[in-house]
Amino acid sequence: MCLGIPAKVVQIDESDLGKVDYLGTRVKTNFALLENIKVGDWVIVHAGFAISKLNEEEARETFSILREMTEKEALVKKNKKRKKQGKR
Amino acid sequence: MKELRDKKVIRSLLYEIEKRTRELPSSPRIMEVCGTHTMTVHRYGLKNMLEKAGVEMISGPGCPVCITPNEIHEAAIELVTENENFILTTFGDMTRVPTRKSSLQKAVPAGGSMVKIVYSPRESLEIAGSNPQKQVVFFGVGFETTIPAIALTLREALKKSLANFSILSALWLIPPPLRAIVEAKEIAIDGFLYPGHVSTIIGEKPYQFIAEEYGIPGAITGFEPSDILLGISSVLDQIKEGKATVANEYSRVVRASGNPKALAVMEEMLETKDSFWRGLGLIPQSGLKIKKEYSACDAEIRFNLNIKGGSGDLPGCRCGEVLQGLISPPQCPLFVEKCNPDSPYGPCMVSFEGACFVYYKYNPTT
Repeated sequence: MCLGIPAKVVQIDESDLGKVDYLGTRVKTNFALLENIKVGDWVIVHAGFAISKLNEEEARETFSILREMTEKEALVKKNKKRKKQGKR
Repeated sequence: MKELRDKKVIRSLLYEIEKRTRELPSSPRIMEVCGTHTMTVHRYGLKNMLEKAGVEMISGPGCPVCITPNEIHEAAIELVTENENFILTTFGDMTRVPTRKSSLQKAVPAGGSMVKIVYSPRESLEIAGSNPQKQVVFFGVGFETTIPAIALTLREALKKSLANFSILSALWLIPPPLRAIVEAKEIAIDGFLYPGHVSTIIGEKPYQFIAEEYGIPGAITGFEPSDILLGISSVLDQIKEGKATVANEYSRVVRASGNPKALAVMEEMLETKDSFWRGLGLIPQSGLKIKKEYSACDAEIRFNLNIKGGSGDLPGCRCGEVLQGLISPPQCPLFVEKCNPDSPYGPCMVSFEGACFVYYKYNPTT
């Protein structure tokens, strides 16, 4: 029930009604629960209402933490492998 | 966004988690409060991977269809079976919940009455507008994620003076049952994953008491597999450091203070009440109802429904215990043979995020 879908705003009128694009499908959406929404913003849509605007900066930060972590692990593995080979 | 489902990322996160659990004296037990989290945990096979990494996940009460007691479902069924020219609109899952009076899907409506499935509460207004000769009742169920949408719909109905529209409400707040679960002390919980989308509305503060009064760590968590693992890592870090906070691991969507506009419309249209939860019983101030001044739109008052208590579970159904995290679905004797998605016996097997449905769908042994 609390499923929320990230989608891009493609149309919005003065009465806070409009549409979002979700994987190519245009879905009627009510934007009355948010402020200062414009075409091109990313929002979370739940039951026909946009309930939150995505913060791109925060998103990028999370993604870079994840990337760093993976790279770090890859490095650790590589070092382990080298050590092993060194022993032989 | 692809990082959030990337195999390599998931593997590194699990590696980090295992590193942390190895330093702990016992396997930490973490409750994912939200049914949509339960979906992610099982859908991506995280449940078993986490077990191997030393974390026990248990499902919480976060499925509104499941925790709505049978008495409210039965009142909805009676509205369409005993009254002519009634249209009851609701979300799809709600129509399949079995009760002592059958289900909305199977019950035979009276003449001119019908049940209509809607995706958004606003569709009910359009239906009311184009059927002025009929009563239209929206059977609105949900947590804080959905409640603002329902409150806005109510405000719009009043603005349009739609005389034939009302709402039968089953509106639930997430923080009070968490207190009830911790207070009951029937299971020891070492950490909580707080529901991401409920938190977009209420923010971080309403969970503070769990950290401050009970010293239990927690993290607001998103819905992709990496989100879940980031939430768990944060909880484990807190355990290790011996501190408890409300971390926000879904900061791309959740602001610390929530969504002020949504909170304002809830405050304007609704007020708190003591509510009966399936399994959890009566919890003070855990539900919302339509304010007195708008009671013309409250179906419970308009049609004198007089909905009582919450003891109407079908005999043998153990959804109540599943919802408290006391048993896992396979421990219910009805699971699979007598209760499955084709023929559900309890609500946790009906809803797409009910723990029983999720276990049935994603567990390879069923």
